[in-house]
Formats: sequence, C-alpha cells, structure tokens
Amino acid sequence: MDDLIKYAPALLAGFLENVKLSLICGALALVLGTILVSARVAPTPVLRAAGTLYVNIVRNTPLTLVLAFSSLGLSDTIGLIFSDTPSTNSFWLVVLGLSAYTGAFVCETLRAGINTVPLGQAEAARAIGLTFLQSLRLIILPQAFRTVIAPLGSVMIAMIKNSTVAIAGGYLMESAFVMKDTFDDTGVSIPIFIGLVIAFMVVTMPVGFLTNRLASRLAVVR
Amino acid sequence: MRARRVWAALAVAATAASLTACGGGDESYSSVAEKLEKAHKVVVGTKWDQPGLGLKKGSEPEGFDVDVAKYVVKELAGGKDVDITWKESASSNREAFLANGTVDIIFASYSITESRKEKVTFGGPYVLAHQDVMVRSDDSAISKPTDLAGKRICQAAGSNSYKRITDPPPDGELNLDAQLVGAATYSECVSKLGGNNLDAVTTDDLILAGFAGQAPGKFKILGQPFTDEKYGVGLKKGDTKTCEAVNAAIGKMYQDGTMQQIFTKWFGQAQGLKAPTGVPTFEGCS
Amino acid sequence: MSTNVLFDAPGPRGKLRNAVLTVLSVVVLAAAVYYVYARFDAKGQWDGEIWKPFLDASTWTEYIIPGLLGTLKAAGLGAICALIFGAVFGLARLSDHRWLRVVAGAIVETFRAIPLLLLIFFLFYLAPSVFGGGDYSLVALVAGLTLYNGSVLAEVVRAGIRAVPPGQAEAAQAIGLRKSQVMRLVLLPQGVTAMMPAIVSQLVVLLKDTALGYIIAYVDLLNMGFKLIPAVYFGSLIPAAIVIGVIYVGLNMSLSALANWLERRTRRSHRTAVQPIIPPGGVGEPEATGAGVV
Repeated sequence: MDDLIKYAPALLAGFLENVKLSLICGALALVLGTILVSARVAPTPVLRAAGTLYVNIVRNTPLTLVLAFSSLGLSDTIGLIFSDTPSTNSFWLVVLGLSAYTGAFVCETLRAGINTVPLGQAEAARAIGLTFLQSLRLIILPQAFRTVIAPLGSVMIAMIKNSTVAIAGGYLMESAFVMKDTFDDTGVSIPIFIGLVIAFMVVTMPVGFLTNRLASRLAVVR
Repeated sequence: MRARRVWAALAVAATAASLTACGGGDESYSSVAEKLEKAHKVVVGTKWDQPGLGLKKGSEPEGFDVDVAKYVVKELAGGKDVDITWKESASSNREAFLANGTVDIIFASYSITESRKEKVTFGGPYVLAHQDVMVRSDDSAISKPTDLAGKRICQAAGSNSYKRITDPPPDGELNLDAQLVGAATYSECVSKLGGNNLDAVTTDDLILAGFAGQAPGKFKILGQPFTDEKYGVGLKKGDTKTCEAVNAAIGKMYQDGTMQQIFTKWFGQAQGLKAPTGVPTFEGCS
Repeated sequence: MSTNVLFDAPGPRGKLRNAVLTVLSVVVLAAAVYYVYARFDAKGQWDGEIWKPFLDASTWTEYIIPGLLGTLKAAGLGAICALIFGAVFGLARLSDHRWLRVVAGAIVETFRAIPLLLLIFFLFYLAPSVFGGGDYSLVALVAGLTLYNGSVLAEVVRAGIRAVPPGQAEAAQAIGLRKSQVMRLVLLPQGVTAMMPAIVSQLVVLLKDTALGYIIAYVDLLNMGFKLIPAVYFGSLIPAAIVIGVIYVGLNMSLSALANWLERRTRRSHRTAVQPIIPPGGVGEPEATGAGVV
C-alpha cells in the first residue's frame, strides 16, 4: 500500500496520458471509420475495394506491430516527423497508429449497422430523388449510428485499454510503462496493479453504461 | 443435489488444472555456480541485437560477450560442456531478469556502476570499454563530445550512457544540456540516428564499433573516448560464491590468452580499439 | 440489406456522375499510393539490397519460422486454456447456485475490464515471487491471454446456452432427464454450434494479442521479424515489417474466413434450433463476424 501512495503521482500522470490518447484517438477513429464506411458502400467499385483492403489489412495486423511500425518505420526510417520534441513526436505517432487501427473497427461496426437499416428506407430515399451521399447522410447513417451505439461503446472501451500498448510505439510516459518502471524499482506490487485497474475501470465503465443507456433511449423502433 | 455438487467440484478442479497446466517451475540451487557444477546447465542473458557483442544468428547469439560467456560458464562447470539456454536481455530488462531468476547470469555490455551495485552482484570487470560518440558521416557540426550541448542524443531504456553527457560527476561526466530521445535498444537508437530523429548516439566504443561496421560509410565515430566503462558479469544480488568463481575464470582467461584472441576476433578490424593486455582490477564481490 | 440498394441502377446522369467519381477516386488513390511509394523510394526502401535477406532460406529457417512457431505455440496454449476457462466460467455463470454465479460473474467482468498488457506485465513480475526464479515470459503471456480471452469466451458460452429456446430444456426435463443430462445432451450440442463463429472470431483476437509478448521479450514472430532481422541485416526494417505483416494478416484472415464459413453453415443447418450468436459487442448481422472486437 505504501508503494501505491509513494508512486501515485507518477502513476496518475501516466494514466492521464492514456486518457489524453484515448480522447484524441477516439475522435479521429470515429471520423476515419465514417469515411471508410462511406467508401465501403460507395457506388464506385474502386472505392469499395480500397476500403475493404484497408480494413482487412489493418484489423488483422497486431496493434503492437502497427505502433512499432509507425515509430520505427514511418518516423525513423521514412522520416515522418510531427515535432522536434521527441516525446511529442512519439505521442502523435501513437495517435496515428492507434487511430488508424481503431478506425478499421469503427468502420466494420458502422457497416454492420448499415446492414440493419431496412431495405425500404434506402428505396424510399431513392424514390424521393436523394443522391447517394444525401441518402447516406440523411437516412442511412443516422439510423446506422443509433443501432450501433452500444457496439461502438465496446470499440471505444477496447481502444482505451489498447492505449497501454503505446509503449510499443516508443511513447514512454503512459501507465503501462510507468507500472513496469515502478516494478523494476520495487518488485511486483499488487496494490499498484489494482490501483491502475480501478483507474481504468473508472473510465471504461461509465463509457459502457452511457453508451448502453443512450442505445436504449435512441433505439430505432421498428 | 449430488449432480450439482459434482458439477461444482468439476468446475473447481478444471480451473485448478488449467491454471497449473499454464504454470510450472523447476528446482532451485543455492547459487549459479552450484547449478553449473551439478546440472551443467544455465540460462545466459546477452544482447541479441548488438553486432560485435551479442547478435542473434540462427539458433544462438554470437559476439564478444557471447564468447566470453561460453568460456566463463565452462570454467564454472569445471571444464565440462554446458547446456546453455540463451535469453535476450535488453538493457531495460537486466536488473529485473536477474532479480526474478529469468536468467542466471548476464554478459550484456553491462557497466558496473554504484547504483546498479545496489541491485546486482557484479563479477569482473572482464573488459574496459570507453564511451564515445557516433554521428551521421555527413554531420560536421559535432566533432567533440562537448559539441553535444543542445543536440538530440539517444536514451536507450535501462542504459546509463546518456547520464555521462547530461549529468555532473559522480554518476555523469560532462554535465551538458542535451535533449534526450527515448528508445528501447541501441539498435533502435542507430535506426533513429539514420532517420534524422536524433543527432548522436553516445555509448561504449565496443557497442558503436559493431554498428558502424554494419553500415560502412553511413556513420562515423569521433574517436575521443571520455570514460572508463567496466563491463561486469551480472549475477543475482548476494551470489558471492559464483562471483568469486567468475573472477577466477576471468583471470585465467587473460593468462591463457583467450581474452586477447576473442577481442581480436570481434574488434580487430575496428579503428582505434586495442586488445586489453592485463586483467582489469576486480571490483570485489559483495 | 445488400449494399448496392443504396443507389439506383444509374440513368445517363447517374452514369456520368459515377464515372466521374470513379475517375476521381482512382486519381486520388493513385496519387496517395504514388506519394507513399515515392517517400519510401526517396529513403531507398525498394533497394534490392535490403530485400535480399528475404530471398535467403536461412532468414526463414533461422528467424521467421522459429518466430512463427513461437507465436503459434503461445496462441495454441492460450486458445486451449482460454477455451477451458471460458467453458468453466460460462457454465458457472448459468449455475443454480447464486454464490457460484456471483463469483464467476465478478471474475469474468473483472478480467474483461483489465488492459491486457497491464495484466501480462503484472503476471510477468508476479510469477517469480510466487513460483521462484525462472523464465516466465511464455507463462505470463499465455496466462494473460487465457484470463482475458477466456472471460470473453465465458460470455459467448453463456449467450450460446441461453440462446437455445427454453422449450428445449423444458421438454428434456419433461422426459425425465437430470440437469446434467439436459446440459450435456440437449443444451450444449445446440449451443456449441451457435457459438462456433463467435469463438473462432475471439481466437483471431487471441492470435493477434500474442504480439504483446514482444514487449516482455518473448521470442515470437514480431520479436524475430521486427527486432532481430533489422538488427542482423542493417536497414531491412521496412521490408521485415511488410513480410511479417503479410504473415500475420494471412493467418488471421484464414481464421476469419473459417469463422464466416462456420457461420453460414450454421445458418443453413437444421442440427440446431439456435441462430449463430453475436460476439460480445458485435452487431447482429451476417458477415459482421470478423476479427471480433478489437
């Protein structure tokens, strides 16, 4: 218990980095996922193929590889540099990798949602003369989003937990690294582990609870 | 009712079985020296990604540290052949691996320092290295170690080399204001140097020589060593028995010329590196 | 709903619009691909020199295949342990004993909520202080994979059993079967068929997560391919990443294809009264199974 109190400030700082990563990546992944799903249902075979290719590659690659690649590959080898300050640079590289990865899952979730929108809705939209983008934006996506709020919540919870893998992208400030660093000093400490687990639950459980409530409130009645 | 009990008992038994099946352990010896004498087997930690010192080639690593390890371990086993399991021990893992018994003994460009002595018992040193600086060969802005002020240098996880630049003595040396770039290993440092994500990699000349030899013409070493790094043999804290035996083996290694031979084998081509002539002063086992 | 209902069979203007869209997207995608190609080319990443190691048989026999075996070993052990864990705790959550349900539920919910990497780190540091010194990278990895994926599988098992229409169990009880017989003869056979796609999806997640072993120095495909190959062959980092990426994607896509095939077969078959269940967090539609939830 003493260890937990002694290292609490460092652990909290690390955990807040996870929260920061999650907020930014969550927003970017939702945007990317929406763009990807639009491509995957587009009337153009080229776009559909490109979207499918991206999703199949990214979601079947381990996140550890994605993040290590964005740091060692894209930044060190290819020269993609976000900032001259090293820790800021690796922060944004992790954001890039984690958003690219989570975006693929958001896309698949949304596509499953689109599949639940009844045929008649799209036919009716076409019948009143809406174009593809209009029917997507006004009719299909709003309903799709509402059916997939709870699954999207699961994707977001998984992403919050995945933010600990940032260590593989060379971002050495978040809680997994801080915990390992502390264990190197003190040996294994059960209170520290439990403390961090509770911190993560404090964030993930409300996300699950809120998305479930929202899902039942906004459910499309059919 | 009985059926329910059976179900519950089965559930508990299956859980226990699945947990033990996924666990396991093996018998323990009081010291690594004893394990070597009696069982002729050992888990040796080396670097796996440092050319010249410890580089995984095929089923086992090769390099200077690896050859020293093979000699010392054989001596400890009384000249018998030893069943060695090689385990990668990156700088960031070394203390934890020794404390946890993940490895028995470490030969991994492991500098003896006062702060590490609190957690690790060191045999040796078996060789002295000297910290130097490596830059891209087209970089003319850095020609001596003090030019590193304000530059981006590499901080490999678990390694102390950066402190010699950024901190004053006793732990450090130059006390310059340099920017630190984190990396997991020195091979990551070198790839970051190549990719312009840092300006200099500064660490022991033996480590740098291996990397420079791998990519001829890409990097240059300044050749101005400014510290003595005592490479020790890492042992679990308190294992003085093994430590004494290791020191005896290292002494013998210098006397019969094996050390000079191994050094020349791995670093004979490197500029400015000379094979050691006498046994370094041992630190003493505590 | 099949996706092509979103747009009409295009008329003349629609055809034109689609043609323009096609051309535009081809141009944009080609530009993007070319940009990436050029950036890589500028750094010499297509030079034959750094790709040559992969034409060498020794690169495969000494690094990639042993690494792949390490990955498959961790994944295989993890899968077996996770399936046992999932079966035990899934059934425990359906038990008639309240205490057993509550305990099993608490365990399952807790392990699902813990970030897997933290769990693996913790087990890796915990094991030596419990079992004495030794190399626990594989043990910690497998135990972490078991506890997390097993907990998810426990939910799958529970959902699968519950998805069997209640009439089945009632009918079985009516003909005098004992509770264990109802489970063994009626509920499990039908439930398992319904669970299969979700189980296979979760195994894809498990296989991907073995890559976390890289962080605790377990010798897997990622460690061999991404750390050692670039260290041995200077400059081969990008080729190594591409080669092992292809291997991972290939492995996982074959498993996903198996999941989809199983699901279609289940939907067609008459051996079960149950529709395939949705993986936890998934959306209930065909083809929604893939790599599970992240």
